[in-house]
Amino acid sequence: MAEYDGRHTAGTATAGVLAILLAAGLFAALLPTLPQIASGEVVRLVWPWVPSLGIDLSFFIDGLSLTFGLLITGIGALVLLYSYRYLRGHPHFTRFMLFLSLFMLSMLGVVLADNLITLFVFWELTSITSYLLIGFNHADPKSRRNALQALLVTGTGGLALLAGMILLGNAAGTFELSEIRAQGGAIAEHALYLPIFLLFILGAFTKSAQVPFHFWLPNAMAAPTPVSAYLHSATMVKAGVYLLARMHPTLSGPDIWFWTLTIFGAITTVFASFLALKQTDMKQTLAYTTLMALGMLVLLLGSGFGYAVTAAMAFLVVHSLYKAALFLVAGLVDHATGTRELCVLGGLGRVMPLTAAAAALAALSMAGLPPFLGFISKELQYYASTGMETGALWITGAVLTANVLIYAVAGITALKPFWRPAEGALPKTPHEGPWQMLAGPIILSVLGLGFGLAPAFLTVSLIHPGVDAITGVAGLGKDLKLWAGVNAALILSLATFALGTVVYLVHGRLRDALVAAEARLPSFDRGWDRLLDGLKALAAWQTGILQSGVLKTYLYTVFAALLIGVGGTLMIKGGLVLPDSWPVGTVRAWLVVALIVAGAGLTTVTNSRIAAIAGLGAVGIGVALIFIIFGAPDVAITQLLVETLVVVLFAVAALRLPSLAAEGPRKLRPFDALFATAIGVLVSLVMISVTAGPLDRRITTYFEGASWPDAFGRNIVNVILVDFRALDTFGEIAVVVIAALGAYALLKGPREGGAK
Amino acid sequence: MNSIILMAGTRLLVALLLVFSVFMLLRGHNEPGGGFIGGLIGATGFVVYTIACGTASARTALRFPPENIAMAGLGIALLAGLFAAPFGDPLFTGQWLFIGASGDDKGLPLSTVLIFDIGVYLVVLGSILTLVFALEEGV
Repeated sequence: MAEYDGRHTAGTATAGVLAILLAAGLFAALLPTLPQIASGEVVRLVWPWVPSLGIDLSFFIDGLSLTFGLLITGIGALVLLYSYRYLRGHPHFTRFMLFLSLFMLSMLGVVLADNLITLFVFWELTSITSYLLIGFNHADPKSRRNALQALLVTGTGGLALLAGMILLGNAAGTFELSEIRAQGGAIAEHALYLPIFLLFILGAFTKSAQVPFHFWLPNAMAAPTPVSAYLHSATMVKAGVYLLARMHPTLSGPDIWFWTLTIFGAITTVFASFLALKQTDMKQTLAYTTLMALGMLVLLLGSGFGYAVTAAMAFLVVHSLYKAALFLVAGLVDHATGTRELCVLGGLGRVMPLTAAAAALAALSMAGLPPFLGFISKELQYYASTGMETGALWITGAVLTANVLIYAVAGITALKPFWRPAEGALPKTPHEGPWQMLAGPIILSVLGLGFGLAPAFLTVSLIHPGVDAITGVAGLGKDLKLWAGVNAALILSLATFALGTVVYLVHGRLRDALVAAEARLPSFDRGWDRLLDGLKALAAWQTGILQSGVLKTYLYTVFAALLIGVGGTLMIKGGLVLPDSWPVGTVRAWLVVALIVAGAGLTTVTNSRIAAIAGLGAVGIGVALIFIIFGAPDVAITQLLVETLVVVLFAVAALRLPSLAAEGPRKLRPFDALFATAIGVLVSLVMISVTAGPLDRRITTYFEGASWPDAFGRNIVNVILVDFRALDTFGEIAVVVIAALGAYALLKGPREGGAK
Repeated sequence: MNSIILMAGTRLLVALLLVFSVFMLLRGHNEPGGGFIGGLIGATGFVVYTIACGTASARTALRFPPENIAMAGLGIALLAGLFAAPFGDPLFTGQWLFIGASGDDKGLPLSTVLIFDIGVYLVVLGSILTLVFALEEGV
């Protein structure tokens, strides 16, 4: 990432400050609800949106949403402040601040929404705004590709989520989350539980990058560093975790919930921590530790066990704090030295003391050393995993493995660059960062220490209300304690430190082994590319079949569909009714029929295009005459005029086509004749069946009665067109305009390969 | 096409067709007619003119590009429909104004329905002429 050391203009400075103030203001607005939420209350705001569908713009704040809300706005304000300096002088600075603020607001909407549909809208907005943020360096094709990958993966999950929400709304009888949650575990007994569960899981797992959907997250590092710091600490990827936590009272309970979340969470957390060890880029390493954290959170949300949920809440907070701080540190290091390669970096502690201090505090919290909040959260994870009713042994194994590796990674990313001598020449002479960029990492990492030393405030105001919100019952939350006596969790913690230190010491050799091992595994990322290529090939293949470009094939397709669809329905549903008596018909009517038949016959046998067109015109005029005979003057006039214009248009177009005579004498084409006859017979049978039945005149009677008193018109056809059914007419004329413009573009547009 | 007779006849015919098209548009609410039929007749008038005198003259006579006319028509129809909103009625509800109404006599009835029909007229006229001009000029 290049360094932008331009100046702010008055405009960009205002935009930046406004964005920072917005985030800080929202944070300040959420803070006063703390005592209310701590006492177990829920704050609710409702505006009717689409009342007929039961969709309201409703928001509510409980322990879970307040925790998320404070993290989103608090870290948001610090990240915006950081970006204010980091991207100073960037040509698209204002755009960046706008995207980031929009993303923050969408994320806030997700966690505060009380209505499923409202939640979904904000959910999709986070996908779109994160797409804009990840692809911010849009001149870089890799950046665009990765942004698109993130959008497609999370967008697919979003569609699944929408389907799941609609099913859930119907099953529960309401779209209001607070009402659904009040029903407790009733949905778990519902017949639709399984599809609802699977769709929600798909939505949550794609968003929170669980294996096998994890590949987009490390790629999303193509974004500028402040974006990574924001998206991968407190927001975007935590949306899936939020959803699982939010739906916990409703969907948890059945075994499938426990096993799905536990297994996928465990696989993700172990897999990601191995991959984190493998990386050499500071940001990439942090990205994989984010994956590890997401897996851990999903695993912990698998059960309703008090320790597990408390551990999830505590880890959620501590991870957001240290991860945002470390990403921001990575940006500072990149800014100062011009590289993020862990193999090169070293010796920065003396030149960048404040950055080094922030990195150290954050890393110690990440490693889970006392007295940091990370230690408490790790203890809780061990309490949770050892106390599981089923699978305690292997779950503990997974948690231990992940924690050991993360301990080592914390040392590699945040201690080595600062306290070990450099192993190569740095691209730039390092210097300490400016205060705007130091504020975030320092505040966040000090909070990790502060909450660890005095966990009581955090416990009462956020963790316990959050646990209550996730479990749906009060009082399951455990206390956060630094010293809980000598027990299994403490022994596991000590084992973590010992093993972690060993891994840290041998990480160079371990990394080589991992690189070799991964080269033999199939790559999800390349699989994704193949999937997209396959999709494009499939699209090209089916377009080639459907869009042959041969008019005759199109006509066959359309009429065959008509024949099968209408004819099949007529047969299966027994719609074929023959009248009891056949009307004789007047001489006048028979003459018109003769005209139509003659016109149709001429069209099929003539050798001249003009004659064929005139023959078709005769058919049209015959139809118009029938309308006149049976008293529909409006339709008749329209038919006549359209017929006239069609003949004119055809005549003009026909001049471009080769003469029919040039193709030689018309041969009898039995298949075409048979096909056309079948269509004709089918349409005739339908008409006979329709007219044989009694005519339902209710609609006609209504329009006859209402046309004059309600719409002041005697011409019922026109009154229907412009008044009763004006919206339909509007749709139709819109189609007419679009069709005309489309044809115009086709006729006037540039032609491939010169004139035809 | 170069035919003196057609060109001379066209001038009279086109004027008649255009006046007739407006007549059909206006009477449409009570008698056979309306915006769709009126638009078709108007288009026929210009098509005849195009055949007789060529697209260049027809474009000059029309003054505006036909595609713009079609889109303006769509916009007018939409505005007529939106006009119901300030009165709290559902979209596309007709709004009426009877000038000089007394007793059974409705006076001069003006309505958004007529404006909507004018929109339809312009859409049909513009769309057909867009096609005809494009086809004629392409030959």
